[in-house]
Amino acid sequence: MSEHSTYTPGTGIEKWLDERLPIIRFSKEHLMDFPTPKNLNYWWTFGAILVMCLGIQIVTGVILAMHYTPNVAMAFDSVEHIRRDVNGGRMIQSFHAVGASMFFAAVYIHIFRGMYFGSYKAPREILWILGVLIFVLMMATAFMGYVLPWGQMSGWAATVITNIFAAIPVIGTPLLELLRGGFSVGNPTLNRFFSLHYLLPFVIAAVVALHIWALHVPGNNNPVGVDVKDSRDTLPFHPYYTMKDAFGMVLFLIPFCWFAFFAPDILGHPDNYIQFNSQVTPAHIVPEWYFLPFYAILRAIDFNILFIDSKLGGVIFFGGSIVILFFLPWLDTAKTRSGNFRPMFKWFYWIFVVNFIALTYLGAAPAEGIYVILAKISTAYYFLHFLFILPILGRIETPRPLPTSISESVLSKKHA
Amino acid sequence: MATQAHHSTTRRDFIFVATGSVAAVGAAATVWPLINQLNPDASTLALASIEFNLANIPEGQSVTITWRGLPVFVRHRTQAEIDEARAVPLSELKDPATDEQRTKEGHAQWLIMIANCTHLGCVPVGDSGDFDGWFCPCHGSHYDSAGRIRRGPAPANLVLPPYEFLSDTLVQIG
Amino acid sequence: MMNFKTILTTLALVIGTSGVAVAADAHSTPHIEKQSWSFAGIFGTYDQNQLQRGFQVFREVCASCHGARLIAFRNLQEEGGPSFSEEQVKALAAEYEVDDATADGGRRKAVPADRWPSPFATEQDARDANGGALPPDFSVLAKARGVTDAFPFWVFNYFTGYSEGGPDYIHALLNGYHEEVPESAPHNSDGTPFDLAEGKHYNDYFPGHAIGMAPPLSDGLVTYVAAEGEAEVPQTLDQYSQDVAAYMMWMAEPHLAGRKQTGFVVLLFLIGFSALMYLTKRRIWQGIEH
Repeated sequence: MSEHSTYTPGTGIEKWLDERLPIIRFSKEHLMDFPTPKNLNYWWTFGAILVMCLGIQIVTGVILAMHYTPNVAMAFDSVEHIRRDVNGGRMIQSFHAVGASMFFAAVYIHIFRGMYFGSYKAPREILWILGVLIFVLMMATAFMGYVLPWGQMSGWAATVITNIFAAIPVIGTPLLELLRGGFSVGNPTLNRFFSLHYLLPFVIAAVVALHIWALHVPGNNNPVGVDVKDSRDTLPFHPYYTMKDAFGMVLFLIPFCWFAFFAPDILGHPDNYIQFNSQVTPAHIVPEWYFLPFYAILRAIDFNILFIDSKLGGVIFFGGSIVILFFLPWLDTAKTRSGNFRPMFKWFYWIFVVNFIALTYLGAAPAEGIYVILAKISTAYYFLHFLFILPILGRIETPRPLPTSISESVLSKKHA
Repeated sequence: MATQAHHSTTRRDFIFVATGSVAAVGAAATVWPLINQLNPDASTLALASIEFNLANIPEGQSVTITWRGLPVFVRHRTQAEIDEARAVPLSELKDPATDEQRTKEGHAQWLIMIANCTHLGCVPVGDSGDFDGWFCPCHGSHYDSAGRIRRGPAPANLVLPPYEFLSDTLVQIG
Repeated sequence: MMNFKTILTTLALVIGTSGVAVAADAHSTPHIEKQSWSFAGIFGTYDQNQLQRGFQVFREVCASCHGARLIAFRNLQEEGGPSFSEEQVKALAAEYEVDDATADGGRRKAVPADRWPSPFATEQDARDANGGALPPDFSVLAKARGVTDAFPFWVFNYFTGYSEGGPDYIHALLNGYHEEVPESAPHNSDGTPFDLAEGKHYNDYFPGHAIGMAPPLSDGLVTYVAAEGEAEVPQTLDQYSQDVAAYMMWMAEPHLAGRKQTGFVVLLFLIGFSALMYLTKRRIWQGIEH
């Protein structure tokens, strides 16, 4: 990856190891000496926070799997067994459940940081695409994990979400039965979701490794968005960013622990404390908060579009709202990376953020009255932002003058 | 200037050491519950100690009950079995123990033992073997009427669980 | 740097617009009064005497129809719960019988390790005995019910850690019965007055208002024996429903007190640790322009 190295093996053993498996050299280059722009702000600590979140989910998840039973007759009670009888089980379970929410909170901040500072632009397109892939894998993992406690929300989430696939013409129904392993959601579904929920986090970890690899080729973007010119623009990753990231992680653990210890169920839904009953649907069925924006888009399409019926239409827009993220590097035509130097983009960025929060809210609101219309407007705006506003902005906007280097911007900020 | 620099170094060192120590404490406090969850849970511990009613076992019969997941023999011995066990000189035994040591005073008719052969853990068969006790079919160990090893590869007598009599007919095991 | 003024303005805008949207929502269900529970808040713990009274109400009244299959007798002696003595629990368990395939006749007296036996053998038996309605199991029921606050009030719940919606609802439900369909009852969709099906009872707080359960509690129904040196507890419907709701919350969340105590220490630790981390970070970055 980097051509030159500052590592010289100190002892004979280190030299012996270095010639066979240069793991110390690799660690020194990528975890310690890696040149990192000196002007990264705290929004950049969310990368490390996300690694911590993945770690917490894997550790607590492996432990929960030691006590959990993936069987429709016992799943609900086995989760209660964890909460009641296993030593420290109540906390391990609540860290895992709250952890999913915190993981998504952090990933949304990370994604919106990238969007504001143009971190997806050349030469970081692959880095961005891998990030979106991680996001998709996280959604799949979180969804399947949510099914495991086998409460009312679990079972009905599994029913509703697998039904999405039934919208696909011709192969829909056979695909649905294939996914569920039956005609309805049942024991085979629970069992395969358990298996995949255990597998996917390790797939995520592997894609995270690629994501970091793709980061270390061009190096970090930064709040100013100009490329690193020379060594005066950077600092070694360790100790500067290891400490800054670690500080960010500890701060992040404060709200995390607040929820885990004092309100472990507040981010969930009471109905999930009722065992799944395939005969009765809860009155208000809503997904976890982190799926709400996309759920709002899925629901917003309640009309047929030409030969496409409303169900398939909803699925197309739902899928499209995520797929479109993969193309963001090419939809945004502006050469300037950082939103700080794009006066018009800045406004549209914040409107997009508000619109996204509105979608989150609408996803939880009952599908009636004013909410239906608002959801349609918000959905339309979501796509408008990517398909029209970003491509056009790049052509008509005059960016503010960029500093010539990171050091210059740092110095001017100090004098200002 | 020099003292100032020195002062600043000590303070920096202090902050680093303090942060490092607090981090170590936090890490240890985090790791412990992750290990402790492997220990037996509350529902398992609740069955660590059981009460068993002996009233329904006729003389000369034994039952096998489960304690902590292990099979336990509870035998109501006949006077002949007791006499036979007490007549054996200690010098003949591989793992010397008197019959009195293997039962509770005043309850000599009750023999309560963990039913796993001390060789490799099989469950011996009752009323068999060459010593009117138990015979392990796996590798041929013979136990006598006090559950003591008499012949075969097993090194020790059948293990006695901790137990006490709550009354003449009620015993608490564990 | 992102402009924090912009963030604040946009947030205010979002909150403002969605607040208006929700205000348009009108529910026929009256507002549920939040009670003051000993187990609420950062330092919340259960009141042992209240749990013992709640258990008495549960056992003498509710348990004839409602099960609690996840509760073991031994739980009743755990610290932080009703904390009955070992002898009391043993004696209590012995009053019940449980299935055991290894016992003579397949039944034996319960021991503390056994779970609370269900009042009905099967779900169908339970329905048959209750006019077709299934009395829900109480094990986690206090967490399976909640109170929905209108926007923006639920936002504050994240900061206060409000987790007592279940007991609040249960208390309201037990106090929400009417002998006759009241004036306030919502009209049917065709405009005719609310009609209550045969065998149903009108309740202000039950979704749909028609509940299968007859009013289970009334003043003086359960006789409390005041512990020595304890003030006498009123034997009223309100008191009974407070006590049984608290007891149900304990059944649903038995480790609440320990969880909150640990959490307090953890939060203190994290705040101190983050201050130290900040100082360390600042030391390291000293003299670096960034």
